[in-house]
Amino acid sequence: MRHLLSIADLSAAQAIQILDTAEELSRVSDGPMKKLPTLRGRTIVNLFAEDSTRTRISFEAAAKRLSADVINFSAKGSSVSKGESLKDTAQTLQAMGADAVIIRHSASGAAQRLADSQWMTGSVINAGDGTHEHPSQALLDAFTIRRNLAHGGSDLTGIHVAIVGDILHSRVARSNVLLLTKLGAQVTLVAPPTLLPTGVESWPVSVAYNFDDVIDKVDVVMMLRIQLERMSELFFPNAREYSHYFGLNRDRLKAMKPSAIVMHPGPMNRGLEITADSADSARSVILQQVTNGVTVRMAILYLLLAGSQEL
Amino acid sequence: MTTSFVIKGGKLPDGSQSDIAIAGGLISAIGSDLPVANATVIDGKDCVVLPGLVDLHTHLREPGKEDAETVLSGSQAGVRGGYVALSAMANTSPVADTAGVVEQVFRLGQSAGLLDVFPIGAVTQGLAGEELAEIGAMADSAARVRVFSDDGHCISDPLVMRRALEYVKKFDGVIAQHAQEPRLTQGSQMNEGIVSSQLGLKGWPAIAEEAIIARDVLLADHVQARLHICHLTTAGGVEIIRWAKQRGIQVTAEVTPHHLLLTDELARSYDPIYKVNPPLRTEADVMALREALADGTIDIVATDHAPHPAESKECEWQEASFGMIGLETALSIVTKTIFDTGLLTWSAIADRMSYAPARIGLYAEHGQEIRVGAPAHLTVMNPTKSIRVDRDLVSSRSRNTPFHGMELPGVVMATFFKGNLSYKAGA
Repeated sequence: MRHLLSIADLSAAQAIQILDTAEELSRVSDGPMKKLPTLRGRTIVNLFAEDSTRTRISFEAAAKRLSADVINFSAKGSSVSKGESLKDTAQTLQAMGADAVIIRHSASGAAQRLADSQWMTGSVINAGDGTHEHPSQALLDAFTIRRNLAHGGSDLTGIHVAIVGDILHSRVARSNVLLLTKLGAQVTLVAPPTLLPTGVESWPVSVAYNFDDVIDKVDVVMMLRIQLERMSELFFPNAREYSHYFGLNRDRLKAMKPSAIVMHPGPMNRGLEITADSADSARSVILQQVTNGVTVRMAILYLLLAGSQEL
Repeated sequence: MTTSFVIKGGKLPDGSQSDIAIAGGLISAIGSDLPVANATVIDGKDCVVLPGLVDLHTHLREPGKEDAETVLSGSQAGVRGGYVALSAMANTSPVADTAGVVEQVFRLGQSAGLLDVFPIGAVTQGLAGEELAEIGAMADSAARVRVFSDDGHCISDPLVMRRALEYVKKFDGVIAQHAQEPRLTQGSQMNEGIVSSQLGLKGWPAIAEEAIIARDVLLADHVQARLHICHLTTAGGVEIIRWAKQRGIQVTAEVTPHHLLLTDELARSYDPIYKVNPPLRTEADVMALREALADGTIDIVATDHAPHPAESKECEWQEASFGMIGLETALSIVTKTIFDTGLLTWSAIADRMSYAPARIGLYAEHGQEIRVGAPAHLTVMNPTKSIRVDRDLVSSRSRNTPFHGMELPGVVMATFFKGNLSYKAGA
């Protein structure tokens, strides 16, 4: 495989290979010499046509730990914001000799367009495309869940995950539904009916409108960021009502199973979808997700670019 | 009068085999073994000879977007597809909302001379949906406009729609509605359904089309006026039209070739060549549209030929323009989806692609049965031949065909307009 565009393109075995590779690489990251020479001389472009500090620096750190040269190309102050087309940008990066492009874009399908076009020949890694997918986030989430709850198992069989919030607009939710179910987990989506996609009944998940019905039954509570502009689009009445029904607060935290964990892809709206005490509680693995993000992205770059192993 | 052409050995829409002689712009004789002295012979072997095709929905882009299409290049695409009349939609720049613009488009069509170009007038000024355009002046102009449409935009204000329907009764005009409830389709990118949810592309729900159709057939009933529904795409819309026709409401409807063949599954490529408004729907919708065309609920096939320059499609899906070209492939798509499937005979296809559109548009010189004395507007098509669509070989100025690379049945061998050979394959 040359690209990472969608979790749908990965087999379970390929996903597990990424997670296993990340485990190996994490031993290096924990050691005194954090850097590997694997991608020395390779050029990786971070093409961020949409703001995202965390994903960009996570990929940048991952690429640098593998000794790649990293060029950051962000929308602000670049030609993307001046209306240059994706085609022209891609051809420019190709002419500069980019071996891989990590793309974050507000348009669903932008990464696939880049990969399928004849505009450039390098690898394309989807770092979030519109409301479609965010595969590296799902891989780091699966990695984090496996480390915490799989008891040495290679997949996520028997683990029940609730994904809570704006499923309709969430690329994190789409990628996680595909990956977690592929790895054997049971997934329940929790959201008001307005924030669930049409045809969700065809997804391999269960759906709940009432958070309290599932809070004490799941092993993982994955909260999604809610964007306040959804209020003006009539998806819910106001922030207070949203928090009341779909926020993770102290009472719901207490109702969780003793071993259950709390996740959030960040950035959090503290006080909206998650209270500060939930985010900072002992159950929270939110900072682990950030740490694991770098190792999982190292594994992705390694497997796509190092050429020694076919992904 | 000297016979100028003889089409030898073709089949008429009713299945009978006959030669057809053309003289003085008219069909001069129909029969077997017609004399060919001094006439140019067109070989009609294996061909069906249809009354010249009439398109009620074409975007010719001139004035204003001549990089995408001109009246001349659109006419060239039209004759290649077997058309003898096109209806130029009003969403040009400037908008065709005055007598001046519709006369300009009409005259460009006449000077191209390959087929008749009938301008469609805008219903509202600037297609803004608020104030009526100079409908009477356009109707009285040299272009004699009878079809009015804000196509590309829905006339969403029910009062504006009511007044427009009433106003055009003065000259038996018709309002062609682009049925798209705007609030339900803000930012919409493709059919709302399982595919849009997986792709993360904002949905364009069927209900947004059906709600407007339902409202407008009731309005047309109330004011006893003629309503035409552009590019019907949903099974639910078919049901509403069927109900309205049973009630005797004066409503007609069209379907495009692409909605007879393609589905929203194609959006999985994220290739905006498949981005069109209204969007490609599901397989169930496609089948309902085919059956509705067969049983007459849908009256006509109209192309919604919508040329766009390359940069409008070589981009992200959500940045891309809506629309696809279709004049040159329409008859092939109908052959594949409607004739080869046994849904309609050639005589019924002649109705859906020539008689009925001419009747709706009040194009008196068009849509006549093939008989001696009728204007010689004819399409000679070989349904036993097939063609591989190549976007680099189209006559249109734009290449945005979704059928590129497809092997399609039916090749237009010749088109006659007013007795002149306006197109000949391989010429």
